Amino acid sequence: MSSYLVRRVLYGLLVLLGVNLITFVLFFQVNSPDDMARMALGGKRVAQESVDQWKRERGYDLPLLYNSQAEGVGKLGETIFFQKSVPMFVGEFGSSDDGRNIAGEIAKRAGPSLALAVPVFILGLFLNIVLSLLLTFFRGTYLDLTGVVLCVLAMSISGLFYIIGGQYLFSKTLALVPISGYDASVEAWRFLILPVIIGVVSGLGGGTRWYRTIFLEEINKDYVRTARAKGLSEVQVLGRHVLRNGLIPILTGSVTVIPLLFMGSLISESFFGIPGLGSYTIEAIQSQDFGVVRAMVFIGSALYLVGLILTDIAYTIADPRVRLA
Amino acid sequence: MMPTLLLTDALIWLLVFGLLAYARSVIKNPLSRASWGLVFQSKIASASLVVLLLAVVITLLDSVHLRLNSEQQSRYASPIISVLDVALGPLAYEREKSYSAPLATRALSKESMEVDGKPVRDYPRLKFGGVHLSDESNKAQDLLLRAYQGTLGGAVLWAFFLAALWVIRRAMAPAVAQNSIGVFTGSGAYQAVVWTLFVLCILGGVVSKWAEAYHVLGTDKVGVDVFYIALKGLRTAMLIGLLTTLLTLPVGIAMGLAAGYFRGWVDDVIQYIYTTLNSIPSVLLIAATVLMLQVALDANPDAFASSVEKADLRLFFLCAILGLTSWTGLARLIRGEVLKMREQDYILAARASGVSSVKILFSHLLPNLMHLILIAMVMDFSGLVLAEAVLSYVGVGVDPSTFSYGTMINAARLELSRDPVVWWSLVAAFVFMLLLVLSANLFADAVRDAFDPRARQLKQSLVRV
Repeated sequence: MSSYLVRRVLYGLLVLLGVNLITFVLFFQVNSPDDMARMALGGKRVAQESVDQWKRERGYDLPLLYNSQAEGVGKLGETIFFQKSVPMFVGEFGSSDDGRNIAGEIAKRAGPSLALAVPVFILGLFLNIVLSLLLTFFRGTYLDLTGVVLCVLAMSISGLFYIIGGQYLFSKTLALVPISGYDASVEAWRFLILPVIIGVVSGLGGGTRWYRTIFLEEINKDYVRTARAKGLSEVQVLGRHVLRNGLIPILTGSVTVIPLLFMGSLISESFFGIPGLGSYTIEAIQSQDFGVVRAMVFIGSALYLVGLILTDIAYTIADPRVRLA
Repeated sequence: MMPTLLLTDALIWLLVFGLLAYARSVIKNPLSRASWGLVFQSKIASASLVVLLLAVVITLLDSVHLRLNSEQQSRYASPIISVLDVALGPLAYEREKSYSAPLATRALSKESMEVDGKPVRDYPRLKFGGVHLSDESNKAQDLLLRAYQGTLGGAVLWAFFLAALWVIRRAMAPAVAQNSIGVFTGSGAYQAVVWTLFVLCILGGVVSKWAEAYHVLGTDKVGVDVFYIALKGLRTAMLIGLLTTLLTLPVGIAMGLAAGYFRGWVDDVIQYIYTTLNSIPSVLLIAATVLMLQVALDANPDAFASSVEKADLRLFFLCAILGLTSWTGLARLIRGEVLKMREQDYILAARASGVSSVKILFSHLLPNLMHLILIAMVMDFSGLVLAEAVLSYVGVGVDPSTFSYGTMINAARLELSRDPVVWWSLVAAFVFMLLLVLSANLFADAVRDAFDPRARQLKQSLVRV
């Protein structure tokens, strides 16, 4: 298994390199280092000398992808791509347009982000499984039908409306929780409770419906019939056998949720004023700060790849039949 | 007025012709006719289809553009208008000063005016909403009268549709007699269509009668009728949903087929590409690309004749970018299926008898994948509509001058913190989006049930348990 994991990690690094290349090419397709310098120095009427100096100071005076003047490995190494992208793999993200260190900013903002995303993920998973098991238990009845209809209705509503509606109802009208803001201490829960609830509720419709389909598929398999024939009650069958086997597709699905979680936080963080990575990204997008966007793309993809590997590990735990090789 | 063709117009009409061609092939092929027959047997799916068709009609009306000459321009805000604008008449160009509530006759905020020579601070009368009323206390009565007239008009329209449906059903009768599944036979689907049409006709009649003299859903910050914005937003939403799928399909299909069929290094490369694209959180990839596009557009301001064309190009690129990030799912799906199918006897037989790879791919494998592609297409639609709203909200979606539900929601942030609260734009966006996405979701479900043999099995076993 360890050799498998090593291979996966290496493949992941290769993918990250690809991610980097994509964002790099996208950016320099429309921008040249000269443009960047002029934009940073302000205006079009900047002397070529100061542009050159700006480029030299920041290492933008090198060729983009291939340096024909350099020797040996320098042909690839002494380029902007290499100098700017490789440090990302060891966590050096450079500085943003307003001169702040991106890595430091990320370290500072990861806490609030996790405080929001982790409860949403865990609570959401738990509630989705419980609700979908309930619907599976009552399958074919009116309760099931109503549940499915409600799920479709819930997933047809844009996530933005959950946030706006929740904020309006609980913060503005009922004044139960503050509308937005954050506190670095334990007091933060007052600011987090509403975003967490909204995050969970907005994912409930789609999740429950999907998990229900998975459980329904399981329930027709032979081993379930055997379990019933043994005389196990329906609750035991569902809770012990179906749940355990249904977990595998659920785990796979959860990985695709990890980047989505990131996106969900992106919106709700900026709505609730939580100083996390999501709001950082949104601000960077809106102020067109490319360095930050690129760093966040890098981190987002790294998270996704870590998630993929974690799923594989979780697979072996949930289903002993799966052997990683 | 000169007809003019925007890029997205051309593509959407191309798509319509493609769909018509597909419909023709369905009618010819008994197998797919049977599957579609199953879709049309579902009450919910038939009712949703009616709603979706209405949205399509509005989109198509809004996708025929006319260029105004200089003297006609005075009324409209932009030099290019659509047939929908012409059809909506005054709604398209009447502008109040600022916010006004739904069906109001007076503005939302007070203003200093001169009444009988004395300065007064009061809510001014609107320029267009309810101007025909000499006495505002008659508003309720006027609304009732208009509702009554609208209902009558709607009923007439409904009768017209009923007659059309009756003719279609008569024409279908031979198909039913031949025991092949026709449209609208049994299981109440016909009734569902009739009643959905009834609700839409009556509602449409009343609303159109009211819209002649009032702002049915109020006005926004710059005094544009919200009902008009919501109707225009429909085109943006539909376009994002439809065009993106159109742009996704060729790439997804080609990549999936190649990866599954050729395996080896082709498979490795394609898998690497889609893992890489997949691993970038899509909103960030889209944001980064749109950001770059914005830079390029700002750098070449002379390339576009008007702001409408610029906004249109941005909409097209948004679809393209969304397509770029969403072909991966389809490719993976197709790859998996092809890996299974290529070992089946009929493919082996074809290969043994020397059929070329290209021919095997396109005339043996692809037709057997059509149901998967169709399901993926209809399932993606609603997700894309929702994604557009989020992206426009973040500021990397459509051009700010384009009417869309995302920009409406974005504006609602400030409107909700006003006092008195401006709720109507948000509610309008909510209702329109919900109706569109809900009917798309329900329709997609029915399509999946009808075309996915496994889902059908599941349903049957449900009945048994």
